[in-house]
Amino acid sequence: MKLSYYPGCTMKNHARNFEESTLFSLQELGVEVEELKRWNCCGTVYSLSADEVMHQVAPVRNMIRAKEAGADQLMTACSMCYNTLKRANARARANPEQLSRMNAFMYDEPIDYQGDVEVVHALEVVRDQIGFDAVKKKVVKPLKGLKVACYYGCLLVRPREIAFDDSENPTVLEKLVAVLGGTPVEFSHKMECCGAYQTVDKPEIVADKTYQILTAAREQGANIVAVSCPLCAFNLDHRQEVTLQIHPDLHTMPIVYFSQLMAIALGGDESVLRLDLHHTPPGPLLTESGLL
Amino acid sequence: MTAHITRHHLRTAFVTKVQRLAGQNLMACYQCGKCSAGCPMASYMDILPNQIIRLAQLGFEEELLNSKAIWMCASCLACNTRCPKGVRIAEVIEALRQIELRARHEHLKVEDIPPEVLSKIPPIALISSLRKFTS
Repeated sequence: MKLSYYPGCTMKNHARNFEESTLFSLQELGVEVEELKRWNCCGTVYSLSADEVMHQVAPVRNMIRAKEAGADQLMTACSMCYNTLKRANARARANPEQLSRMNAFMYDEPIDYQGDVEVVHALEVVRDQIGFDAVKKKVVKPLKGLKVACYYGCLLVRPREIAFDDSENPTVLEKLVAVLGGTPVEFSHKMECCGAYQTVDKPEIVADKTYQILTAAREQGANIVAVSCPLCAFNLDHRQEVTLQIHPDLHTMPIVYFSQLMAIALGGDESVLRLDLHHTPPGPLLTESGLL
Repeated sequence: MTAHITRHHLRTAFVTKVQRLAGQNLMACYQCGKCSAGCPMASYMDILPNQIIRLAQLGFEEELLNSKAIWMCASCLACNTRCPKGVRIAEVIEALRQIELRARHEHLKVEDIPPEVLSKIPPIALISSLRKFTS
């Protein structure tokens, strides 16, 4: 299987650990991944204004890049990219008049976009195209000792029309963790927003959210949190520093990307995990659990 | 708060603009409060999401555009997912932010972000923040 891949800005910068573990895992699972040539920023957030066509051009332009690569699917491992690309795509498909305005604006592109590319998230590829049974057969290092709180954030499964799992109680991450040999815990805060972009100018709000989410995870028996969005990862991991200043009774907890859990179970070493990029080090727990 | 509702408030250009930008029918809301009950940012807001819709229905332009609440929304879409009437509250709040931003009333100034913050935060945070808080 060959897939066109859209990395997005953060996977190429602060979150190399998430990209490298994703690419390693997909390779181990027999998926050939080809990064889009000349991809551009998706805009990170979908424009919610009804009259806003201009901001749909950036995500839709990436669909043209995918068509040029001969792909009919475009995969990303970032929830925010997934949400923005998929919603812009859905809007283009549902509004031919808006799509023709977008195409007119992109007159210098060699082809018009016809709405015929599917946007998929890496988790969706693992669940629906590779299959959990196939993943299970490839596990060489079961995640024994990891009690995982699966945190979805907002953009993977909201709104409903672009979601590939339930919008209130998704389970794809728990199922993946179980297949990898870990123990998913029941987690009350799996859909509770981390504060998202408020982290730039109101980090104290994100600190409250991080405190609530991580405290709930700990009380519900987790020793690690798995996420699927690089912004959630930053807020829950790197913002533990400011959270500790405001809530000194916070019990810090390692935050990992779902792809890192896959990479560990599939036999990846530290060069693909890049644990040096984390704030709260996952190393001690992983070593204690015999996974490093 | 004591509010005087007159026919000058109702059906103003402001109400029409909010509905057009949001693509929503404000009058669909029957004030059940589910949006505010589940809002992760409600405790930081001066007016709650259901109150935002109420004030928007009645044309309270100044109260809405001067509120802190419209800048607290994190666009998590919990409200939209749960509204029994299908009102997209986050779109209404976006419309209110857009009315301010399109008049070049910036909520965030890039030059006010300290260099030590800029060097630490990932691009995904910075770009989304600028998309929501600047014109």
